[in-house]
Amino acid sequence: MKKIEAIIRKSKFEDIRDALHAVEVNFFSYWDVTGIGNEKEGHVYRGITYSTSEIQRRYLSIVVSDSFVDKTIKAIIDSGATDRIGDGKIFVLPVDEAYRIRTGEKGNKSLN
Amino acid sequence: METTILTINNVWMMVCTFLVFFMHMGFAFLESGLTRQKNTINILFKNFFVITTGLLIYCIGGFNLMYPGFEDGDMGILKFAGFGITAPEGGMDFGYADGGYTWWTDFLFQGMFAATAATIVSGAVAERIKLSSFMLFAILYVGLVYPIVGSWKWGGGFLDGLGFYDFAGSTLVHSVGGWAALIGVYMLGARIGKFDDKGKARALPGHNLPLGAAGVLILWLGWFGFNGGSVLSADPTLTSLTLVTTCLAAAAGGVSAAFFASLLYKNYDITMFMNGVLGGLVGITAGADLMSPTDSILIGLFAGILVVLGISFIEKLKLDDPVGAIAVHLICGIWGTLAVGCFGDLASFDQFVTQLAGVGIIGAFCVISSFILLFIVKAITGLRVSEEEEKKGLDLSEHSMEAYADFRLNQL
Repeated sequence: MKKIEAIIRKSKFEDIRDALHAVEVNFFSYWDVTGIGNEKEGHVYRGITYSTSEIQRRYLSIVVSDSFVDKTIKAIIDSGATDRIGDGKIFVLPVDEAYRIRTGEKGNKSLN
Repeated sequence: METTILTINNVWMMVCTFLVFFMHMGFAFLESGLTRQKNTINILFKNFFVITTGLLIYCIGGFNLMYPGFEDGDMGILKFAGFGITAPEGGMDFGYADGGYTWWTDFLFQGMFAATAATIVSGAVAERIKLSSFMLFAILYVGLVYPIVGSWKWGGGFLDGLGFYDFAGSTLVHSVGGWAALIGVYMLGARIGKFDDKGKARALPGHNLPLGAAGVLILWLGWFGFNGGSVLSADPTLTSLTLVTTCLAAAAGGVSAAFFASLLYKNYDITMFMNGVLGGLVGITAGADLMSPTDSILIGLFAGILVVLGISFIEKLKLDDPVGAIAVHLICGIWGTLAVGCFGDLASFDQFVTQLAGVGIIGAFCVISSFILLFIVKAITGLRVSEEEEKKGLDLSEHSMEAYADFRLNQL
């Protein structure tokens, strides 16, 4: 089992969600995050131009069985890339064990 | 017949009283919207303080200081008609104000006006003034400075004798508040982070522009009462003309500020649109009953440009006015007062000079008294919160409260 964490553009969320569903990754969690990066966003307020390096992104957390790892990553990359700086990153982490709380099942069976 | 006329006029004047009251909601919305989330409770508290205490002070002495009953031609400067309010004999009769309103309506309408001067200050000094200092200053300013200045013109004092004209208060209300805002901002210093090491202005964006926009539209609505009620009766010709000039100036002010700012800064800034509308309203206020539609549009167009230039000029002076109160109320207030000498029924060189004199005399009095009052307040309570309190936000450090305790934003 692996945990796949992906930082993605918010504007790409729907595309990535649909791509994940297409490869039968149906369960995941996400939250909105603010990060600091090289990219600068230009703003103007009352005649003052300023830029902020604070970037709004969405963070996905997906736990999958080993056989799903490659296609999950491919789905995110294929659907999430715009070829511009700031498309985000994917991290893959080992997961020791997983349980379904309702039944107490563990391992791959608990994931779907 | 007289009773019917008095009743009709009095109802209109009470409607205008409601509208001027409603402006306090506009100010509360505008000021909280254009400042940061961490200072929202503080702004609202100040706005509540100003309308409540302002009304009480006006009842205790302000009204009688502002309308002390100067005799015709005695060029009054200071007179006090005593504490408290008691309707005079005949105060409810047709004879009191040529059937325009009753004495009670008179008090309440003027009372709603009085508090606005201090509310103008509250936005400019936001996010760093100590609450106790603001409250003390507001009491003294609404209790003494505003009514004394008001008595010189509306109370029948020496400026009235000189022929100075200020229909609904471009100078008497808006500049009086604006001068105090200017001195307050100067004495307080800028908010932490407003200017960088090199002294260049930085943006500290307001946290709720929809709220601020609602505030501006509410203020515009309130102005129907502010100017419409300043006719002091429901006179059909004057009230309807006044509402037309008021709205045209507001519209022209908004349009010119928005498009002038977009040329200057290459973006469409809603806050400039908002301030432009207010600038137009403040500009027409001195002569709303004297202007033709064309005059009022010209006054508004010019006011909108003044607002945009004023905001950037004030920042060049290293003064930090979070809501643009100085540009809107002081600069456009002066412009509107002088415009009475340039446009409309009274336009003449002599009138312009009289207007200029009025602006100068009232300006000097407000600047000096603001300095004195703020020095007194500084000596008693200190003016500014500590650096730590300011960074934490006044909501937590002054009130131990949060404006949006459970609120999370789902940003796109």
